[in-house]
Amino acid sequence: MRRFAELLERLAFTPQRLGKLRLLRDYFAAVPDPDRGVALAALTGDLDIRGAKPAMLRALVAERVDEELFALSYDYVGDLAETIVLIWEPQGALADPGLSATVGRLNAAGRTGAPAVVRDLLDALDTPQRYALLKLATGGLRVGVSARLAKQALADFGGVEVTGIEELWHGLAPPYTELFAWLEGRAEKPVQAALAPFRPVMLATPLDEAELAALDPAAFAAEWKWDGIRVQATGEGGERRLYSRTGDDISGAFPDVLAQLDFDGTLDGELLVRGADGGTAAFGDLQQRLNRKTVGKALMGRHPAFVRAYDLLQAGAKDLRPLPFAERRARLEEFLTGLDPERFDLSPLLAFDDWDALAKLRAEPPHPVIEGLMLKRLDSAYVPGRPKGPWFKWKRDPFLIDAVLMYAQRGHGKRSSFYSDYTFGVWTEDETLVPVGKAYFGFTDEELKRIDRFVRDNTVERFGPVRSVRAEPAFGLVLEVAFEGLNRSGRHKSGVAMRFPRVHRLRWDKPPAEADRLLTLQAMLPPE
Amino acid sequence: MTPDDLLHPRPEGLYCPPGDFYIDPVRPVARALITHGHADHARSGHGAVMATRRTLDIMALRYGAGFADATQQGSRAPVDVNGVSVSFHAAGHVLGSAQIRVEWKGLSVVAAGDYKRGADPASEPFEPVRGDVFITEATFGLPVFRHPDPMQEMARLLKSLHLFPERAHMVGVYALGKAQRVIRLIRAAGYTDTLYIHGALKTLCDYYQAEGVALGPLEPATDAGGDKARFAGRIVLAPPSAFAAKWAQRFPEPLIAFASGWMQVRVRARQRGVELPLVISDHCDWPELTRTIEELDPQEVWVTHGREEALVRWCALNRRRARPLHLVGYEDEAVE
Ligand SMILES: [Zn+2]
Repeated sequence: MRRFAELLERLAFTPQRLGKLRLLRDYFAAVPDPDRGVALAALTGDLDIRGAKPAMLRALVAERVDEELFALSYDYVGDLAETIVLIWEPQGALADPGLSATVGRLNAAGRTGAPAVVRDLLDALDTPQRYALLKLATGGLRVGVSARLAKQALADFGGVEVTGIEELWHGLAPPYTELFAWLEGRAEKPVQAALAPFRPVMLATPLDEAELAALDPAAFAAEWKWDGIRVQATGEGGERRLYSRTGDDISGAFPDVLAQLDFDGTLDGELLVRGADGGTAAFGDLQQRLNRKTVGKALMGRHPAFVRAYDLLQAGAKDLRPLPFAERRARLEEFLTGLDPERFDLSPLLAFDDWDALAKLRAEPPHPVIEGLMLKRLDSAYVPGRPKGPWFKWKRDPFLIDAVLMYAQRGHGKRSSFYSDYTFGVWTEDETLVPVGKAYFGFTDEELKRIDRFVRDNTVERFGPVRSVRAEPAFGLVLEVAFEGLNRSGRHKSGVAMRFPRVHRLRWDKPPAEADRLLTLQAMLPPE
Repeated sequence: MTPDDLLHPRPEGLYCPPGDFYIDPVRPVARALITHGHADHARSGHGAVMATRRTLDIMALRYGAGFADATQQGSRAPVDVNGVSVSFHAAGHVLGSAQIRVEWKGLSVVAAGDYKRGADPASEPFEPVRGDVFITEATFGLPVFRHPDPMQEMARLLKSLHLFPERAHMVGVYALGKAQRVIRLIRAAGYTDTLYIHGALKTLCDYYQAEGVALGPLEPATDAGGDKARFAGRIVLAPPSAFAAKWAQRFPEPLIAFASGWMQVRVRARQRGVELPLVISDHCDWPELTRTIEELDPQEVWVTHGREEALVRWCALNRRRARPLHLVGYEDEAVE
């Protein structure tokens, strides 16, 4: 359990993705079964563990520690679990009982036995392990590792494609010994035996417009790219599943879709929600439904979900993936006639004769929830991963505005000595700047150095790692900011929230007075 | 007569009326007794200063040779100051650090200054000294502070070096005490390569070496003329403030570590943007504080700079007389 505790500790303080991957890989290589598999399950959210409620922990610590000393400590540390971990004085010799054994003990303890087990464990573990224990028992490791990242680390560890792991995942269970055996080359790839498994998705590459001329328009189908989330809806032998594009089972959050998932087959499509008028609602509404384990009736009624289907991977017992897109498409259209159109509708194909015609469509999409176009070769088989050539995404040009740098914050990790996170604002009607977003990428290392110098030379005030910088009509730094969309926001003073903002260009030449105004942004908001 | 007649707080610091001197005064005074060289305890501008030889040396390095009008070495053997018997006893905090024991008319007070009980080859070991009153610091005076074995922290540093060989490992340390202790720990962990140090650490590292604390090969972490790769997989030590400065931009993919007792608390580590928090402290943790009080068993405990309240509470629970001593001007953050 010590190794697991160390891993959590490092992950919690390592911001970079690559750093996290390396830590995970190192852990999988160093720790034997079954502990590494239990750790993996804890990270992917697949670990079944008896929880400990804060009230139980408080009661345990009250047996040991003076109330006033605890209160003073809690006040200082600011986090209940952390305070208990730190204040707990182990009794007798410390041990490393192993992760798997620890989880086993917790789960074997009945409701009445649980406090004694937690107490005994706290007594035998050192500080990092106590920390790990309470993180496990209170749920939510919160170390910034998604299930996707954990699977990517596994793939790196075994030298296989991550899609190979996603494909198997749904049929596997902790501690994943047969998976590790395969990744270490000691056994054959496990056979996917579960009903309604996930089928790794095919992804598109961004279109380089310069290459367009070399492509034959007649060889491609085009459809709108909808701004929802990619899902796979699959049914088999009464089993119904809705998967995210990385194979996470998100069925629990979408019972409205699941209720109509009464088919044997696998659809690939975009998950969206309907607005009050029955049409496709903005991403901000869909967001209300995301990242939940369950969902209430009211929310479901307000934002009913549906799948806009664009591919059919499996129909009954037949795997359609080797077939050309055109043929799958024809079968898809037929397949959908048997489904409830409120929950499953068809992504329409666009008619176009040449690329110019398509470019015109792209420039004037008929619906605000469209974020561009998808191009798919009519003869393309469905191949997991991101092959270059058969599928392209041709996104709408991003929105651009000129904003004024207002605050800069020092980065983390390797960027600790640079002011690399920027808050920018636009002008309001009374000629003051109001912050409208934050960006921390989109510039080169050279540009970063230059902005850093500007920030240091033009600091007005400091608040810890943050500096406010000179931002006046005649002096300041104008950033051309690109973003993908704009939502209304009650949480921001400006009333708007940008999606995916990044620095597009530095406008050293432009006086801040000429930067954009809040009115311009408000005009870009989707209709209410 | 009460112990307050012998020592009591004044705005300038802890004052001894019969001896007419202050201990670690925060403002210039005519006569000062100094426990150790950290800047918030050892300030410049006093008339006469009494301290251990090493603390006097360190003050001279910091403030220049003429930092006081007169200096006098304190020692284990009691010295008479205006009729008050004064002796200095190692505190285990940093090189030269001492507890100051004062005795007058059969009444004695030990002002421990900053101290620690854990082993540290870069400091003289703490000497338990009895007195009617023991004045203890409380920098880490909460039961949540229990410093781990520092070698365990070193193992984490060296493992990180192995796992991220392309990154310069930047370890935040304060110039006096922490820097040299961490270097000794790195050496004890078996790391013999050159260590790179920020210019602000050089003088005191040289001094420690001259005093017989071997630190192994050190080199200045100066600009490599654009050759960043030179520092890849190397350990660089610097005062933490340097990490936010342009100075740090010369290192390849710096990985920020910080050696401090505060690293025990996550929110502190996060505030600092630290990637590798190393819990290494030059102050007592909670068990050391309470064990010391039990061991010395004074009539009364006075608690100063830090979290006085909790330690006073512990004393009450253990039926010991104790009270907070409200002294101002000591920065528990900066020096740890
Ligand atoms: Zn000190």
